[in-house]
Amino acid sequence: MESVLGRYRNLTILVGILFLQVLGLAIQVKRSSENESSRLIRVWAVNAITPFEKGIVWVQHGSSNLWHNYFYLRGVRQENRDLRQQIQQMEIDRVRLSEDANQARRLQALLGFKEQFIARTVAAQVIGSSGSEQSRSVYIDKGANSGLKPDMAVITGDGVVGKTLRVFQSTSQVLLVNDQTSGVGAILEKSRLQGILRGTPAGEIVLEKVMSDQPVQLGDKVLTSGGDQIFPKGLPVGTVTKISPGSELFLSIRVKPAADLSRLEEVLVITQQEEKEPVAADSAPLRAADILAERLPKVPPKPVLDPNKQSAAATTPATTGAKPAAGASTQPQLTKPAGGTPARVMNTASPKHNPAIAPATEDPSKAAAGQEKPAQNATTNAAPANPPSTIPAPQPPPNQPPASQDTPH
Amino acid sequence: MPITYTSREQVEVYRFNPAAAILIPLIALFLQAFIPLRLHFFTIFDLPLLVVIFFSVARRSQVSGMLTGATIGLIQDSLTHQPIGIYGIAMTVVGHGASSLGVKLDVENAGSRFLVTLFFYGVHEVIYFAVARGLVGLTLQWSWPHELGSALANAVVAVPLFALLDKFKQRA
Repeated sequence: MESVLGRYRNLTILVGILFLQVLGLAIQVKRSSENESSRLIRVWAVNAITPFEKGIVWVQHGSSNLWHNYFYLRGVRQENRDLRQQIQQMEIDRVRLSEDANQARRLQALLGFKEQFIARTVAAQVIGSSGSEQSRSVYIDKGANSGLKPDMAVITGDGVVGKTLRVFQSTSQVLLVNDQTSGVGAILEKSRLQGILRGTPAGEIVLEKVMSDQPVQLGDKVLTSGGDQIFPKGLPVGTVTKISPGSELFLSIRVKPAADLSRLEEVLVITQQEEKEPVAADSAPLRAADILAERLPKVPPKPVLDPNKQSAAATTPATTGAKPAAGASTQPQLTKPAGGTPARVMNTASPKHNPAIAPATEDPSKAAAGQEKPAQNATTNAAPANPPSTIPAPQPPPNQPPASQDTPH
Repeated sequence: MPITYTSREQVEVYRFNPAAAILIPLIALFLQAFIPLRLHFFTIFDLPLLVVIFFSVARRSQVSGMLTGATIGLIQDSLTHQPIGIYGIAMTVVGHGASSLGVKLDVENAGSRFLVTLFFYGVHEVIYFAVARGLVGLTLQWSWPHELGSALANAVVAVPLFALLDKFKQRA
């Protein structure tokens, strides 16, 4: 026996080493808590490699900053001017979007929705990768010391990157969304179809579990659905680039990731999410009719009229006591608000016109009825505090232009 | 006395300075993890594999080759998110095979180094895929054009790399 072992010593050692590794693999595969069984080896390996990576990245950024911030400043003035213009344009967009966001919050408050907020993020630098085509993961320079934990969402300004998989003291391993073992709950922006986003062995991203009879178009944006409890809802994931029939009755939808996963430098780790009911900015109780009224199109600019007619018209609604309130219910009215905001022809809140409002008010007629009281105020005071959303009026026929202040004559 | 196709000079056994024996694999692992962040195509190269082949062939000891392959493979596994041992098994076999071949063949010239690297890259990939699919249950995609291209690219890189690493060799 000894002579056989001695004769085939190298082969015996080879079989022994392979057997030990296969045994180790089997234990890792069988155990669900694979992280724990091999953690020590990973910690050693990561601690041996990542300090070099951190050092290189630090030197690289330091020299880059020195060059770009102190020496290479050509074209900065022009760029500054361009950026200022861009800021102005963005400010205009921000005001418009802010109005929309406030309106959405009010609607959500009415419907009792709970909203997920990104409460806290940690910025991190990507310092290394796994170095393998079969394992699409990267290392970042923040770990448990910075409050990171496994299964935290990692994003960039462009979109979703992945999630933290293993967290060490000062580094973390991030599993990218294009790895074949990753999965993200996703939703198509337009059609609101939900599916599961998975990586493929080739490093592409595919949206699965979307039925083949559903309308999906090329270029549709894909967002996180929030269903996986890791990624907050509404983060951009990518764009649909290819649609093909998949297995069984499902479509195979290829998605181009919004974030450039092959050129990651800085990322944000979402360390805290909060779920709370949205608070409307306006403290006054709002009704569905009010919100609907704000969405109505504005009245066209007032035409130039004969001065005689204009003076007669100006005296009519504001000075005739309570009667115009009745008139308001029978024909469209136009009022001039105190704040000088453009006057509008008001409408009743009918679910037919905006189904999204329907759940907020149990009976649409109540909403219409609730409008009458402010309408009377408007007519008695002539200049109401919040007129655009307070005067109900019947919806004019589709072909008929909205009535203006001059039409009663 | 085994019959070999090598001259006396070619069967010379080499050893390495302990610092070089530790730092060269570490640098290879570091570069393999770091460069793909800037140059994504670099993932087709496998520097740790090339280092295993070089050390195994130069030392001409099967036990040493196996241990070198197993150690570097396990560290490479640790940097991925997959179970530890897939690279380890593949590298162990490559280390054993390369050291066995080093005794029999002339592997000191550029042509033989090119062919040896081409061959062992293929062996490594086959074993890796077999273990990953058969034992771990990973879904991997085998693409002949990709594998052949990677094998050629690694073989081309191996020639100058081995020439560079020759400077660290010391006669035993």
